[in-house]
Amino acid sequence: MNSIPIQEKSKSSFWRHIFWPRLRRNRMAMAGAGIVLTMALLALLAPFLVRDPGHIDVSLRLRPPSLSYPLGTDDLGRDVLARILYGGRISLLVGFVAVGIASTIGTVLGALAGYYGRWVDGVIMRFVDIMLCFPSFFLILAVVAFLEPSIWNIMAIIGLTGWMGVARLVRAEFLSLRERDFVLAARAAGARDRRIIFLHILPNALSPLLVSATLGVAGAILTESALSFLGIGVQPPTPSWGNMLIVGKQTLGSAWWLSAFPGLAILLTVLGYNLLGEGIRDALDPRLRE
Amino acid sequence: MISYLLKRLVLMVPLLLGITLVSFVVIHLAPGEPTDLQTQLNPEVSAELQQRLRAQYDLDRPLLVQYGKWLSRLVRLDFGDSFSQDRRPVTAKIAERLPVTILINVLSITLILAVAVPVGILAAVRRNSTFDRLTTLFVFIGFATPSFWLALLLMDLLGVRYGLFPVVGLKSLGHDYLSFTARVFDILRHLVLPVFVSAFGGLAGFSRYMRANMLEVIRQDYILTARAKGLTERRVIGHHALRNALLPVITILGLSVPGLIGGSVIFETIFAIPGMGKLFYDGVMMRDYPLIMGILVIGAILTLVGNLLADLGYALADPRIRRG
Repeated sequence: MNSIPIQEKSKSSFWRHIFWPRLRRNRMAMAGAGIVLTMALLALLAPFLVRDPGHIDVSLRLRPPSLSYPLGTDDLGRDVLARILYGGRISLLVGFVAVGIASTIGTVLGALAGYYGRWVDGVIMRFVDIMLCFPSFFLILAVVAFLEPSIWNIMAIIGLTGWMGVARLVRAEFLSLRERDFVLAARAAGARDRRIIFLHILPNALSPLLVSATLGVAGAILTESALSFLGIGVQPPTPSWGNMLIVGKQTLGSAWWLSAFPGLAILLTVLGYNLLGEGIRDALDPRLRE
Repeated sequence: MISYLLKRLVLMVPLLLGITLVSFVVIHLAPGEPTDLQTQLNPEVSAELQQRLRAQYDLDRPLLVQYGKWLSRLVRLDFGDSFSQDRRPVTAKIAERLPVTILINVLSITLILAVAVPVGILAAVRRNSTFDRLTTLFVFIGFATPSFWLALLLMDLLGVRYGLFPVVGLKSLGHDYLSFTARVFDILRHLVLPVFVSAFGGLAGFSRYMRANMLEVIRQDYILTARAKGLTERRVIGHHALRNALLPVITILGLSVPGLIGGSVIFETIFAIPGMGKLFYDGVMMRDYPLIMGILVIGAILTLVGNLLADLGYALADPRIRRG
């Protein structure tokens, strides 16, 4: 199969010589990338940067921000900055795994529907239509009601209810790509369906997937934080941005830092992924830019 | 038009069937039994009573039979009785909560359109102006703001600190003793924060969408023609461009229904508003499974109706589709 290396070479020069310079020039996208990287680094390096997020000291409870506690302390005297950094680990983990699950399901179903067409397409896309009828937050809540609210279940549920957009996207790519000459050539060379789908077509359909995954991380983080805020997501004492805001609500009007900072962390992170995602979209295809 | 409507309605039947199937499967695939909360957590429940409860809800029958029975009751609009203390029919519980949720969502859509359409147009017409840049900034912040956090901040600032708006429920304590106008005013005051919170994310989305549509439309040849005819800019934008830029908004309105309904869980729970979202949340907490399944189905049907209305609206607004 000579076609693969040749194709990959042209791909890598696209990424290096066209995509990257375009992305570099986009200041909004670079700001987004900066936020995304900073947040990821802070979360990764949290153990070296801050105190133990679970350390309780009641004598220090509800301290406003100060030099030794830059973001104040919570109702149990725990360091809010430490809890936000450790909460970031949870949020990012949930975001990435959930998007991974959604992208995998969506890609496989979308590829099958787009490649085989006919009844396969009919069945899969009707299923997509049905799933899209449900307000996704309802579906998530309904399942959460009957499961232990662990972070693994949360990831699985967000992923299992969020693949429909990806499926539509990948299907559309496959519909147009399957008619192209290189697919015909691969088939003429005797390649089997599975090889054509995953080795020949899929790599060419990945760029829209990259955009939807980046934006998807933002969405998953928002969903996780809402679930945790409602008390059915990540459970205390594990810190998450959503469940930290529960305390913020309880101390409404007396400890503003408990509701301000975790929310700001969510806003910044989601903003970062959205900016980066839109930037990637524009860099992939400037014609799509409004 | 009539035949179009009929065709759409017929197409909805398999979707409806699929919706009931998914709702049923979602609940029954989950581990544990719906009656667990009533039986296992209560030591006084005997094995015999547990068996009777199971029989009462057909839990001792095969899943397919359970689905068939549930479906045949659904068709007769019987969603079963709630597991909660009052044991009232699910339909009655939903019926008394639904109007509140619909009222808030209609108000919030109205607010979204009233603000987002002019903002989007202005941002498109004055592309790259300070106004446009500020709008873009607001759009990105609006997308990234968790609605529950916004609710929290507004409650803190406008509710608790300045006492401008009530932060809990729909009615004040002495509501029933007020005159009619005072009662309406009382409810409106309670609705200000929830409606604003539920509209916030949509405001960002719609302004951006409206701006993109408008930019697309003013590139078209017929706009050039209109300008060449010597029409005023006001007429070109307000008449020729606006109508075409507004068309896709109708579709997006229909598509935004599930998001709005889903979002109602969040703000109704925070503001303790007795709507369908709060009912659902409480049902989830109580594992009230006839209620959960009922609201899942109703939520999905509302989405279908929203899409249908959007398509009809589109057909009414666009002669090319109406006659095609």
